[in-house]
Amino acid sequence: MMLPTIPSTLRDDYDLAIIGAGVVGCAVARRFALAGAKVVVIEKGSDILSGASKANSAILHTGFDAPPGSLELELVKAGRAEYLADRASLGLSVVETGALVCAWTDDEAGKLEQIAAQGRDNGIGGLALLTAEAARATLPGLSARLVAALEVTGEHIIDPWTAPLAYLTQAVALGARVLRGAELVAGRYEAGWQLSTSVGEVRAAAVVNAAGLYGDEVDRRLGFTPDFEIRPRKGQFVVLDKAAYAHVPRIVLPVPTEITKGVVVCPTAFGNVIIGPTAEEQIDRVRTTVEREALEALLARGAEIVPALAGIPVTAVYAGLRPATEKKHYRVSCRPEQRAITLGGIRSTGLSAALGLAQHALRLHASFGLPAHVLAEPPSVRLPNLTESEPRDWQQPGHGEIVCHCELVTKREIEAAFDSAVPPGDFGGLRRRTRAGMGRCQGFYCNARLAEMSRGRLAVPLAVEDREDA
Amino acid sequence: MSNADVIVVGGGPAGVAAALELRRAGVPRVMLLDREPALGGATRHCSHSPFGMREFGRVYLGAAYGRRLTWEAARAGVDVRTGHSVVRLHPGGRLDIATPEGVGTLTASRILIATGARERPRASRLISGDRPIGVVTTGTLQAYVAFHGLMPFTRPLVIGSELVSLSAVLTCLGHGARPVAMAEAGPQPLAPAPFAWFPRLARVPFHLGTELVDIRGTGRVEAATLRHADGRREEIACDGVLLTGRFTPESALFLQSPLGVDPGSAGPAIDQDGRSLDPACFAAGNLLRAVETGGWAFREGRAVGRALARDLTGAPCEVTPIAVGFDDPIKLVVPSLIRATGREPALADFQLRVTRAVRGRLALEIDGREVWAERRTFLPERRILVPIPPAAFSAASIRFRLSEEG
Repeated sequence: MMLPTIPSTLRDDYDLAIIGAGVVGCAVARRFALAGAKVVVIEKGSDILSGASKANSAILHTGFDAPPGSLELELVKAGRAEYLADRASLGLSVVETGALVCAWTDDEAGKLEQIAAQGRDNGIGGLALLTAEAARATLPGLSARLVAALEVTGEHIIDPWTAPLAYLTQAVALGARVLRGAELVAGRYEAGWQLSTSVGEVRAAAVVNAAGLYGDEVDRRLGFTPDFEIRPRKGQFVVLDKAAYAHVPRIVLPVPTEITKGVVVCPTAFGNVIIGPTAEEQIDRVRTTVEREALEALLARGAEIVPALAGIPVTAVYAGLRPATEKKHYRVSCRPEQRAITLGGIRSTGLSAALGLAQHALRLHASFGLPAHVLAEPPSVRLPNLTESEPRDWQQPGHGEIVCHCELVTKREIEAAFDSAVPPGDFGGLRRRTRAGMGRCQGFYCNARLAEMSRGRLAVPLAVEDREDA
Repeated sequence: MSNADVIVVGGGPAGVAAALELRRAGVPRVMLLDREPALGGATRHCSHSPFGMREFGRVYLGAAYGRRLTWEAARAGVDVRTGHSVVRLHPGGRLDIATPEGVGTLTASRILIATGARERPRASRLISGDRPIGVVTTGTLQAYVAFHGLMPFTRPLVIGSELVSLSAVLTCLGHGARPVAMAEAGPQPLAPAPFAWFPRLARVPFHLGTELVDIRGTGRVEAATLRHADGRREEIACDGVLLTGRFTPESALFLQSPLGVDPGSAGPAIDQDGRSLDPACFAAGNLLRAVETGGWAFREGRAVGRALARDLTGAPCEVTPIAVGFDDPIKLVVPSLIRATGREPALADFQLRVTRAVRGRLALEIDGREVWAERRTFLPERRILVPIPPAAFSAASIRFRLSEEG
């Protein structure tokens, strides 16, 4: 196969090549760029967050329910701590809702004590067993069928897309390069990595595999025998109208059973309420279909948990694929001889652990004996706020006009997204960077305007090109 | 000092008609807000639809109707403010607004909300499958065409058979798109004959009792699956899905306020004058129930405007409303509240809709006594009018019953 002629800038020798621009890849890019490394991110999709990272529950976990003594627990705690410490400087917000693990049967109530004990052993504070009455005092909308609850005050909600975008934007400000539409075809290690991608050759001293749903496949293409197997597990969600937010001020978590982790009812940083996820194993690593029966079941379950949710209109539905493996834990491996790190099987807690995984990768890399770099002064990078807990652009004069009325997104914000350091590559990316089209009308009013504003700029255009009028 | 005597929210046919009527009745300060750059509401999208025959005695096509409304409002001395979005409705006549100049608050003795209705999108309909580019509603398609000279697809699958669905097919054919098929989930077309013959006349394969059960596509739509009345599944290659009709009121301002919305109509509950549960807040037009014609919305706006003008002569009405009772298969009743004001009502009829085709007997009971009944077939998405009897205004209970027969 003939590879296309490579622009000369692609042939620079990088200190690190990161495969995958999901939340983990973006966090790793930032950590290494801050450590003075020359970084390239190789992303197959037309935009960042194309895989597992585009669809999750947006919860910043405490780690209370992570397996004791696990790497996941350590990295969730580290990732969370770094997020809370650095978020303000990156323009990221956090909504400190807390969570209630709700028991709906005596059986489930019997398990709360043990969950609390595990949480404490995991080093998590802010845990308290509550009677149904006490729990409902903090969340009056909970069904009267509540038996008991465990309060976990540290579980918060964040904007799950602006965070990785901020990490990558900071990396780019430090000189990191992001290649999109770039699929890793093969890699060969010989005193450094020679990576063949669909857009040309890249050379790097070390490589981090953060390829999510393709983690095992990328290990294979790097010439390794993967020590894990990705078994995609789909999770469907419904997003309820903002009228639901008043009824769900805190995250409502289920008591996990043998069979399932259960359904979460959760406010979002944007003022909606989500119900989900489902859990369906599948072979396909790309398709994330929704099924009407599953969505109806989520709505029914949500109304059982918070009865006021019944009849609140559905704004959106989505589905994500977890990069689960045949085992439950993170599949992190290090091959020092080939200067390769694999961050595999990061499922469920990737958003919370991302910054922790990045630190972990840096530590593993330190053992490779490669030259150290000068630490960079973190450049100031403040992403625009999209959440409801801080001011947004529509509230500032001079914004031009509001384009998306349901989400109050201004023309200025949309233009700024296209002019940003990591601009949207597809319509989903535009929506996640601005909120445009994410509201109750799902583009009824604004989609045509967005089609015009995004002409020539998205991998799949909204409007057809080169048509003939009748 | 309030900003106006009445603030009308929404510059479509109902809102403008109400504003004109308020000025005609001598209300000094009438403000009209619209969040778009021009008046007309949904009519702005419909390039080829005729509006204005009854209210202006001539026909305007699409955007021209909005321009006539603008001229009328200016001539009547309505304080029109475009590019003004209302973001929150508070009790007692207060609005939070967003404008290019920033945010603010407006107050008035009375508010009239006339924010219309929109079609329900893929997500709200819980359609299974992928979520690719190219799944749009008629309103969006018409905005592509009317405002930007663009098209969202070339070979769409059209879902629905309301009047708007036919308008959608016309828009496609007029702009280089050929629908591959049209599917209606119900057993009969929702649009009345002869409009229902139109798809066949346009040589678009038309299927009844046929549901859209899957959409497939990674970037853009590639195919969609229909389940026909006989249970057979058919995958149809297409580059778009055009979801038509299934309108729902644009009632977020009420849904996010203490007033809430009526569960049947999904719009605000109003009394016979258009007064909501908050007597300082009125509503008119397709916001009340989806969906009526532009002409109907105009006349309704005018009637509510007249009642509002009279209402302004005193404090907001303090009479406790009676709720109109009804059950499935009745979907909605407007007005769903009755207040004993002692005055001529703005709305002379109850407007009803049913959830499905029903052959049966519709009866109206006042204080447990049947005062009106009609036996016939009632069809969904069709206007059902029942005159509001004078006895309703002194009743303790009002109830509609639709009993199905055979």
